[in-house]
Amino acid sequence: MASKIIAATVRRSLYPRILTYNRPLSTAAAAVAEPSDETVGISMKGVKISGRPLYLDMQATSPVDPRVLDAMLPYFVSRYGNPHSRTHLYGWESDEAVETARSQVASLINASAKEIVFTSGATECNNISVKGVMHFYKEKKKHVITTQTEHKCVLDSCRHLQQEGFDVTYLPVKSDGLIDLNELRSSIRSDTGLVSVMAVNNEIGVIQPMEEIGQICKEFNIPFHTDAAQALGKIPIDVNKWNVSLMSLSGHKVYGPKGVGALYMRRRPRIRVEPQMNGGGQERGIRSGTVPTPLVVGMGAACELAMNEMEYDGKRVTELKDRLLNGIRAKLDGVVVNGSTESRYAGNLNLSFAYVEGESLLMGLKEVAVSSGSACTSASLEPSYVLRALGVDEDMAHTSIRFGIGRFTTEEEIDKAVELTVNQVVKLREMSPLYEMVKEGIDIKSIQWSQH
Amino acid sequence: MLRHATKRITGLGLAESRLSTPAATRILPRFYHERVVDHYNNPRNVGAFDKNDPTVGTGLVGAPACGDVMKLQIKVDEQTGKITDACFKTFGCGSAIASSSVATEWVKGKQMEEVLTIKNTEIAKHLSLPPVKLHCSMLAEDAIKAAVKDYETKRGKSVASATDKIAEA
Repeated sequence: MASKIIAATVRRSLYPRILTYNRPLSTAAAAVAEPSDETVGISMKGVKISGRPLYLDMQATSPVDPRVLDAMLPYFVSRYGNPHSRTHLYGWESDEAVETARSQVASLINASAKEIVFTSGATECNNISVKGVMHFYKEKKKHVITTQTEHKCVLDSCRHLQQEGFDVTYLPVKSDGLIDLNELRSSIRSDTGLVSVMAVNNEIGVIQPMEEIGQICKEFNIPFHTDAAQALGKIPIDVNKWNVSLMSLSGHKVYGPKGVGALYMRRRPRIRVEPQMNGGGQERGIRSGTVPTPLVVGMGAACELAMNEMEYDGKRVTELKDRLLNGIRAKLDGVVVNGSTESRYAGNLNLSFAYVEGESLLMGLKEVAVSSGSACTSASLEPSYVLRALGVDEDMAHTSIRFGIGRFTTEEEIDKAVELTVNQVVKLREMSPLYEMVKEGIDIKSIQWSQH
Repeated sequence: MLRHATKRITGLGLAESRLSTPAATRILPRFYHERVVDHYNNPRNVGAFDKNDPTVGTGLVGAPACGDVMKLQIKVDEQTGKITDACFKTFGCGSAIASSSVATEWVKGKQMEEVLTIKNTEIAKHLSLPPVKLHCSMLAEDAIKAAVKDYETKRGKSVASATDKIAEA
């Protein structure tokens, strides 16, 4: 009873603020527009810039929405109880907060709160899903189907399974980045234990045909896992329409905090996994370890905001994407959008600039925080494996840049990004021997290049 | 109190973050030496000579699929064999651009035999290239050699055709 009263008070004191505190915020724009407190400039990694770069890398991570932070702060400083403490008020109020967050996450994906397990992030969810399911059903099922363009953590989990003797089919994708449903159908075997296909690709932003894939999995009665970290709060998700058994979600891609994620696990028909971490049996034994109340509260608040603002955000992001693409296309030729143009999330624009090498372009775009693909692979010199899976020419795969647009991106930032990108591409093309050859009418592909 | 904290946090504690990060980021592969940045921002001798000019040697090395193509050209004084001018165009990362920019600076005013002794390790050392970028300096060395070779082939031909003419006469 006491816990109920406390929880009610907690909720009353939190929610009005979540819903009313609506301060427009664009951290990057503020820094670009007013470099007043940045007169000395920033010098890091040999790069000197006058202010903080404008942020267009929302697929890597997003800022925490201030409204989310407001919801989280009390659980850091005053309501710091362990949600698993059963003997006092601190524990009860934390537990209530965690359960509220659980239902907030659940309602964004049309699931029941009982089907949500909190984890440390989407990587952990993917590990539990891929390895956990296969380990649990290892007596009968020996085969996993996934795609070549999955996130590294799914691919790596699959590699791990292969080493243990499981079979993995890596489905190729078409040139638009989508999988061929017939190919999926024909890859299914009697011992297929899991199909794992990501909803929105992190590098190129294409949306896979989830409902159709779900339908096929239902037909063959195979568990369907999807990594929806990039989809949560951006496109409508319905676990029943998609017929997913497992879904990986992340907090920090939806303006929530880093270090928290959620795994959706279907209850009917029930999907079972072998835990990857053993311990005190928290989260129904699937993910032992103390649930981090403030982070979980943040993820819950972020999901609730996303639910209310998805439509508005979507419209805005689409407008900004069009502004960016049209702005660049108006001044430059040889700009290619990687991946399907129809089935894609607008906030992820992956562009190839012909005859300009991506890394040098990134180096020149130091006032814009963008990436050449995923943060995990951008340290290596290899062109993106996702673009290669699409069959993008290797020389074009070296020229890609991903622009990530989000809730707090402003028109001014987009205009500035267009200006800087165009200037830099023009400068580098003047310096590019390939561009010169093309202007002279030489076909680059006809030249015998000496490979290094 | 919370709002105040929020504002402080979202106001981005620039000073603190700047003080604490450089040491941690220095180990990352994306660190560019000041000289690389300088050559990237102000590349020396970007441009092109007429590749049909008999006094010009052109070296084109690398491949678009590998992400690096370097074109280095030298203009040679036929009497003395001295390189009077050089220019480059490069498709590649910042290190590749800087390596070729340095290469053009170094070959200018030198004898052809002399520039053949320029080693990639010297360029790499000058630019403090990390191991993953060493191929950029190798490419620059190759470009110099290719340019000299191209010039010599051209000259050999022109000398040959000249002697042919004399013989015919």
